[in-house]
Amino acid sequence: MKKSLFLVTLGAAALLSSTAMAGTLDEVKARGKLNCGVSSGTAGFSAPDAKGVWQGFDVAFCRAVAAAVLGDPMKVEFVPTTGQTRFTALASGEIDVLSRATTWTFSRDTDLKLTFAGTNFYDGQAFLVKKELGVSSAKDLNGATVCIQSGTTTELNLAEYFRINKMSYEPVPVDSSAEGERQYQAGACDVYTSDGSNLASVRASFKNPPDHVILPEIVSKEPLGPIVRQGDEQWADIVHWTQNALFAAEELGVTQANVDQLADGSDNPEINRLLGKEGDLGKMLGLDAEWARRAVAAGGNYGEIFAANLGDDTPIRLARGLNAPWTKGGLLYSQPFR
Amino acid sequence: MANAITIDSRGLNRPFRLNMLLNDSRYRSCTIQIFVLMCLMLGIAWLVDNTVRNLALLGKDFSFSFLWSTAGYDINQRLIDYDTQMTHARAALVGLLNTVVLAVLSCVLATVIGVLAGVLRLSGNSIVARLMTVYVEVFRNIPLLLWILVFGAIMSEAVPAPNAFKGENATASMILGAAAITNRGVFIPEPLFALDLGTLNLGVFEPSLNAIAAIGVVIACLLVNRALVRHADRVQSKTGIRPVTWWKTIAVLLCPPLLLLWVLGFHLGYPELRGFNFQGGLQLRNALIAMWLGLGIYTGAFIAENVRAGILAISRGQTEAASALGLRPGKTMRLVILPQALRVIVPPLISQYLNITKNTSLGLAVGYMDLRSTLGGITINQTGRELEGMLLLMLIYLALSLIISGSMNAYNARVGLKER
Repeated sequence: MKKSLFLVTLGAAALLSSTAMAGTLDEVKARGKLNCGVSSGTAGFSAPDAKGVWQGFDVAFCRAVAAAVLGDPMKVEFVPTTGQTRFTALASGEIDVLSRATTWTFSRDTDLKLTFAGTNFYDGQAFLVKKELGVSSAKDLNGATVCIQSGTTTELNLAEYFRINKMSYEPVPVDSSAEGERQYQAGACDVYTSDGSNLASVRASFKNPPDHVILPEIVSKEPLGPIVRQGDEQWADIVHWTQNALFAAEELGVTQANVDQLADGSDNPEINRLLGKEGDLGKMLGLDAEWARRAVAAGGNYGEIFAANLGDDTPIRLARGLNAPWTKGGLLYSQPFR
Repeated sequence: MANAITIDSRGLNRPFRLNMLLNDSRYRSCTIQIFVLMCLMLGIAWLVDNTVRNLALLGKDFSFSFLWSTAGYDINQRLIDYDTQMTHARAALVGLLNTVVLAVLSCVLATVIGVLAGVLRLSGNSIVARLMTVYVEVFRNIPLLLWILVFGAIMSEAVPAPNAFKGENATASMILGAAAITNRGVFIPEPLFALDLGTLNLGVFEPSLNAIAAIGVVIACLLVNRALVRHADRVQSKTGIRPVTWWKTIAVLLCPPLLLLWVLGFHLGYPELRGFNFQGGLQLRNALIAMWLGLGIYTGAFIAENVRAGILAISRGQTEAASALGLRPGKTMRLVILPQALRVIVPPLISQYLNITKNTSLGLAVGYMDLRSTLGGITINQTGRELEGMLLLMLIYLALSLIISGSMNAYNARVGLKER
């Protein structure tokens, strides 16, 4: 009895012992790879391709961070998380950065002790229904059965939307986007609700996309972005400025193709500062001078990443909309590199 | 032997030295126990310290106040009043009741299936016996989660959607016009009462007085029937003749409940297709059905083996002796075999019931809103209180399991071997 108790204690201790959380940057460098939390499979955002290599918008962002910090975009360990496990994975130190279409909200920022490193995708919650239902507005959904990913902000938005519009609905909680798609396609729910971009990705993966419509109502604001643990400012800065580097590169016309050429020097002092020719911005971050050059070389600037994973040439065919640079009527705006 | 005694008596006279703590058998066990206890306490202290430090590093405090904030999320299956504006504590309670309902339903199903399969596996008919062997081996050797997912997939993929019941050329029809099996769940008629006695306000619960009255009447009937049977037993042991009781039993068990139902204006509410879905009636959701079938049939395979073991544990001589005394096979089973077999069956049955209760937490896989999905899932996720939530969750499951094993142990003490 005593012995078993002792063993149990040892086991529990081994489980709970967590790493001292000093300096995520040092930890990542010592480990030689970046642990990046992504969703367990959303086409266009994060999904392994036929060769088992992770591809997608959220994935490309982690590759840029890995390129900036470790010098190699492939030195990333992708950890699939669900809506329910993502924050625990981040808080426990299992992942260094969470890049999983996570909405920046007040309570997550403050009460959950997360630090949002910026917004890299402006989204909103929408509804996907089958065309044959003949529904043209979300206001017609009274009494509908709705599939919804458990543990997300969409769950709360949905409850609120139906309550203030005095409609009833039957929630069917699902654990992942893949399970939601399966239930929706099997007809176990009339409606699948999620962020608009996610629905576009889901619809693109269907056999006959035109049979499904995304209703015009956007019922919430969903600013999505990468997240780190609160309390490590240096690491938060690295993630935040890597993202800014991708925004700025698009704005300044730095692309995957010309980044090496521009890094040798250009007429534009901001490009020179960004790519490490002038000043020592990299050192201030705790990195070397060429961090941003490598980040852009990994998958291109923001526009290139968007086009390669979500744009018109992909099955998802998302328009840039709000996710265009501020100079082209969008919301992407990098703080100056100075 | 004599030698050993002399050594012992010499040892007693020796003065105490420190190495005797390890070398002397009188002290050694004590030393080891104290050492282990100290290690244990050190381990606990280290755990608590580690937790407190890490929480401080994350800037989190330790508080259960999140339970009283607004939950904001919906729960589809609720046995008590709940809406999104109620607290996380209320949501947890709704989840707990869903856990309990699922556990009770699954225990009943598993017991029925298990007893049937266990007895049939011993049947003389070799086809039946082999079939039961196949059932037991297939179900207990494939992980439970897979069975739950299989039943979940069957319920959502293989049955018609509600709109298949609609229109002139409907491809699906309701069973006897009363029940519908759809991929949104199974809809069955619900009991309704014309006369509502109102509800009893207990603060947290508000049970309907109609239900309380019905349960009370049934319990009273059972008690009266038991008194009737005991009286018959006494008369039989005094006079040797058993008075005829069957018509009295039927009257006592059936008449008062029927009378109550008539007074309360009992009728059935049938499900009806309106809009997107069936309305009215009782909806057994897919998640519940998948969990119920998965848990019941899977655990039934284990219980079948327990039952078979229990029956095989009774030697054949018992049956033969009972026949020699002139007992018919039914009575032999009821009076001789079963009371002895139960002694063997009940202890492992307790652990199967505990397994069912704990395995309900797999409900997350098919979206069943049990305690694990509400308190342990959405609440933790929305409030970020992993430690508090998980501790609370463990405590509740522990309490639930202790209650079940306590009551089953009491039952075991009743059917157990009385040694005099």
